[in-house]
Amino acid sequence: MTRQAQLVAWAVGLAALVALPFVYRDPYHLHILVLILIWSFAYTSWSMMGRFGLVSLGHGGFMGIGAYVTALLWNHLGLSPWIGIPISMIAAGALALVVGYPCFRFRITGHYFVLVTLALSGIVLQVITATRDWTGGSLGYTPNRAAGNKLWALQFDDKTTWYLVALAVWFAGLVVWHWVDRSMSRFALEAISEDEDAAAAAGVDVTAEKLKITLISALMTALAGAIYCQYQMFITPDTVSGIAVSLQMVFAAIVGGLFVSLGPTVGAIITILLAESLRIGFGTKAVGWDNLVYGVLLVLFIIFLPKGILGSLLERLKPQRKPSPSS
Amino acid sequence: MQAFLDIFDIYLLEAVINGILLGGVLALLALGLNLIFGVIDVTWICYAELVMIGMYAMYFMVQYYGISYFIAAPFTILLVALLGAALHYLVIAPLLTAPPINQLLATGGVLFVLQSFATVAFGIDFRNLGIRLPVLALGDMNFSYARLLSFIAALVGMVAVYLFMTRTFTGTAIRAIAQDRQIMALMGVDTKRMYIITSALGGALAGLAACLLVLQYDVHPFVGLSFGPITFLICVLGGLGNFIGGFIAAFVFAEIISLGGLFSDLEWGYVLAFAFFIVMMFIRPAGLLSRRR
Repeated sequence: MTRQAQLVAWAVGLAALVALPFVYRDPYHLHILVLILIWSFAYTSWSMMGRFGLVSLGHGGFMGIGAYVTALLWNHLGLSPWIGIPISMIAAGALALVVGYPCFRFRITGHYFVLVTLALSGIVLQVITATRDWTGGSLGYTPNRAAGNKLWALQFDDKTTWYLVALAVWFAGLVVWHWVDRSMSRFALEAISEDEDAAAAAGVDVTAEKLKITLISALMTALAGAIYCQYQMFITPDTVSGIAVSLQMVFAAIVGGLFVSLGPTVGAIITILLAESLRIGFGTKAVGWDNLVYGVLLVLFIIFLPKGILGSLLERLKPQRKPSPSS
Repeated sequence: MQAFLDIFDIYLLEAVINGILLGGVLALLALGLNLIFGVIDVTWICYAELVMIGMYAMYFMVQYYGISYFIAAPFTILLVALLGAALHYLVIAPLLTAPPINQLLATGGVLFVLQSFATVAFGIDFRNLGIRLPVLALGDMNFSYARLLSFIAALVGMVAVYLFMTRTFTGTAIRAIAQDRQIMALMGVDTKRMYIITSALGGALAGLAACLLVLQYDVHPFVGLSFGPITFLICVLGGLGNFIGGFIAAFVFAEIISLGGLFSDLEWGYVLAFAFFIVMMFIRPAGLLSRRR
């Protein structure tokens, strides 16, 4: 595919997605689509780091901060989510820098990095549970219904508006992905993930590059949490923060393929459709079955298809290109 | 004021001693995980879930089939040991040459499998053995026998592993592999067999921990999440693969949780422990006992 054909395909696809809710109005299907878009955005945010070998299990923490800070500011201070979301994103970003800087400065990588970030999402989960006087603890938390202006409160009753909001956010995520993809940082980060010492010797500022991508990823994840909270109007520590959410992100990204821009989206589509069809097919008997299938799939994918579904498909479709000086 | 201080000190002492007792079981868990990491260079994210399965095994044998606790315990240990070996054979062995992160995530998948298997098979009810051990009153302080028993059994288990590792040929071979993976294969040691034995040993330690934890806690499919993360942090704090560091770190963590819980809610004890961990990572990135190079 040439560059132009690719752009046309993107434009047509996007136009079709924007037009969809005006043609097709089934609220349940739109609800599923909104969930898919929001989670796709969250998974894309995770993959921004994950694709460079920075496997973080702390993203549940960032998502929880995004959701809870926005909701708390709205309920207690009456601060509109339009202001609350940037504040929550700044909070998550600050936390990412505070934990990330020493991590990267002291070369905490691999297993150690995973476990430090695991501690981070553990802390956020426990803090939310412990401050139950404000956050409602593990019983969950609901942002107050807006009395006046719906737009100011970022609360919409119809699914169509939410679909368009989620679509915009999801698309913004893809734009950031491509922006990173085309920047010099991408090459620097790929070099770092291959060999940190060699990259440093070649003049890459390892700490700065890693911090940059961590910050972008954390900001996006917090936004995903806030949007999820505004859409669902109900959050519990277990659905937006903690280790289970972090693992869920890792799983979806790996199933879809974390090295291609639409991979996490494919992962979200597969996981959410799987969970929903199991829920409809088996009803309450299905409790646990979706995770059982997830887990088995995750293990099989890592063993047999580490590039994910979309990644492997694209690789298969791509004609075996010979290295040429022009490419 | 003086009376207040007296009471305070008694509680403090009680919390300190309870922390030590908790530390015993945590040290046992950390030892199993460290063993796996030190020898095979893999982190089993699903380690606490193996313990959970062991706790269910104990529950069913004791409550359902009426087998006595002390007969059921060896069977549970054997079962979890087999699970550990199976985990290595089915999941880790195909991934031994893959990037380490893939191995870690694959065991994350196993975590999902075990958790949801327990949900599907046993339901989400909280279950307990129904054995209520008496409380030991020492002066004004109260200690549960269950904790005391766990502490002693954990120590016995750790000494047994220590003797196995130092006094038997197999143990020596395992320690040698931990030092140099490539050379030992050239020396005629069957590394695959050693890996399976190590995994089974790690599983057996999880099984022992399950037998002890089931005395103190109710079992439910997500029980692993309540002590799993702590176990990883202990291992990292002690230095992954460092047995003595893990042992010390277990007691440090147990004291922080126990004392934090005394002054405030239990959750804040955990928050404190997690925060302490992150700070320590920056001061000593390679673990408590590492030497600065």
